[in-house]
Amino acid sequence: MSDIKSTKTQTFSRRSILKAFAAVPVLGAFGYGVFRKRTYDSEIRDQIVKELGISYNPPVLPAIKGVDMSKPIKVGIIGYGIRGEQLMRAAGFANPATIDEWEESAKKNSNDHRLEEFLSQEDLNLQFTGACDLFDVRAKSALEACSNLKRKGVKEQASQLTCKRYLNYKEMLASPDIDAVIIATPDHWHTQIAIDAALEGKHVYVEKGMTRTIDEVYQLAEVIKKTGVVFQLGHQGRQTESFIKAKEIIDQGLIGKINLIEVCTNRNSPNGAWVYDIHPEASEKTIDWEQFQGPTPNRVPFSKERFFRWRCWWDYGTGLGGDLLTHEYDALNQILNLGIPHSCVASGGVYYYKDGREVPDVFQAVYEYPDRDFTFMYSASLASNRDRGKIIMGHDGNMTIGGELIVYADPESTKYKALIDKGVIDPANPIFLYSPGSKRIDAVTSATAKYFAGRGLLYTYRQGKRVDTTHLHIKEWTDCIRTQQQPSCNIDQGFQEAITAHMATISYREGVKIYWDKEKQVIIKGEPAKI
Amino acid sequence: MHRKNGFHSYSNSQLTLLVILRILIGWHFLYEGVTKLLSSSWSSIGYLADSKGFMSGIFLSWAGDPDVVKIIDFMNMWGLTLVGLGLIMGCLTRISIIGGILLLAFYYLSPPPMVGYTFALPSEGSYLWVNKNLIEIFALAVLYVFPTQQIFGIDRLIFKKRIRD
Repeated sequence: MSDIKSTKTQTFSRRSILKAFAAVPVLGAFGYGVFRKRTYDSEIRDQIVKELGISYNPPVLPAIKGVDMSKPIKVGIIGYGIRGEQLMRAAGFANPATIDEWEESAKKNSNDHRLEEFLSQEDLNLQFTGACDLFDVRAKSALEACSNLKRKGVKEQASQLTCKRYLNYKEMLASPDIDAVIIATPDHWHTQIAIDAALEGKHVYVEKGMTRTIDEVYQLAEVIKKTGVVFQLGHQGRQTESFIKAKEIIDQGLIGKINLIEVCTNRNSPNGAWVYDIHPEASEKTIDWEQFQGPTPNRVPFSKERFFRWRCWWDYGTGLGGDLLTHEYDALNQILNLGIPHSCVASGGVYYYKDGREVPDVFQAVYEYPDRDFTFMYSASLASNRDRGKIIMGHDGNMTIGGELIVYADPESTKYKALIDKGVIDPANPIFLYSPGSKRIDAVTSATAKYFAGRGLLYTYRQGKRVDTTHLHIKEWTDCIRTQQQPSCNIDQGFQEAITAHMATISYREGVKIYWDKEKQVIIKGEPAKI
Repeated sequence: MHRKNGFHSYSNSQLTLLVILRILIGWHFLYEGVTKLLSSSWSSIGYLADSKGFMSGIFLSWAGDPDVVKIIDFMNMWGLTLVGLGLIMGCLTRISIIGGILLLAFYYLSPPPMVGYTFALPSEGSYLWVNKNLIEIFALAVLYVFPTQQIFGIDRLIFKKRIRD
């Protein structure tokens, strides 16, 4: 062919150069195409941003100023079960055996960042000086964790315990060596311990559900307000970045007038259904059963099942209402300032786990907010993983909230009609997607952990870095203790959470619709209160 | 089509179609690369994490290491872009073709379309064993054995000396 012949010449012929660069027009066309597409995409994005006035930046997080970290806060842990252990780790104290376990696991699975994250967790300058658990094995483990100041494994474990075991929480509260307590007992003990602690002037971090009965809500709120101790309820979702961003977006009216909110907490594993392991060393000798029963009116003989799986009985907890509905409600209360609903109807049953439990494993609650013109609906099964997310539905769009945030415009939206008609907004594609930490993959180790992670309850992101939400929640509490102010999930928020959850539990148990009398601040069973 | 002086001699239609094929594949690579370069949020992590099959252990372990992911992201973005440019311009074409085949082999093996594998990432078609990655690999192999870059391409200047010798 001619081009081969041309190579015989010593210099490049014009023809040869033309052939060498024959594809340049293709590159020109390519460049033009890319430019057109980029311009079009950015125009659409700019137009959406301009029209909606939204920002894709991480939310501005409220910071507590003037925190003096120099003096340690002396903390006591009351209840070192599954949650108590997690709270201790979030506060910076892990059992040496756990450190070893994480280290081993990280060697086998490079996605397992638990140790790395624990070690990089900020030192909150806390001293765990007291531990209280009614099961000897857990009490010993708590002491080891409290004394693990250097966050080391078993081989480098501290030889001396720096923490005292108290057999009764009252002795701990009487000690001058305690400034604050973390209460992670079963729910039936929450109120009594929190009240006693507040009366002793100790600051309180208490797990959800805040109380076991509705009467206790009033008692606890009164004492906390009266004493002025720093109170934080354990809804760590308060720290989830996407929830904070969701509030920003909702406040800007992105989805229009809200009319229906659906939340769900489905999960499908024995652990998720509170069928926790019974420790082989559990016995009447190692467990203080009488003290465990404590304020429960219904006294029963020693039962390992009841001790370890207490969430399944009304004597100790409030089932899905107090355990999981509260997290969902608190997330939405944070975003929408829901407050206490006007009414509630709940239903459900024990449909799958027929293991002698009293609390339902399928549970629904429908709350009405006539003054806000919307319904808040909670639905849960402990025997199905079908997740429906947290969805806020408005006339102009809907928002799905989890670890990330997705907003779709509604095809029939009035607000977006012009933009939809112009083709700027396509209702099939999100108009807003906020996905913090999307460049990283994380190992989440169990079905229950995956459940919590998907709800933004396990970890969140700060400056793109994954952080345990419980750590941030405890940090907020201790920062508030140091600066003498109340944290985000304070007693007012706790009051709303607890009343709302009890309305559902009472409705289910008594088969009546429950109303809230806003003026008298009491619930009314079965007859409507004035709106 | 026959070889002449160690080079292919094509009919006009053969040459035209081969060059078009080279440019189209190049365009595909270049746009994939440029889009990733221009997108601040793109990462290979989702793709790696969705891996199935005999290579999945390696891909998943890569996905778990942020530093490795950074390297893979960099190599993908620039690899795709340079392979694309090479193919369109007929510049260092053989290296580009080999690079392209390697990249495609990774994409093919990360989630191979085998019986019993399902994926989190949505697929735009239905595939069994043969998918578009595999076809593109063989299209590149065809371009390797039927080169056009020394007829239409910068390689005709780069390799001029060697050709003359």
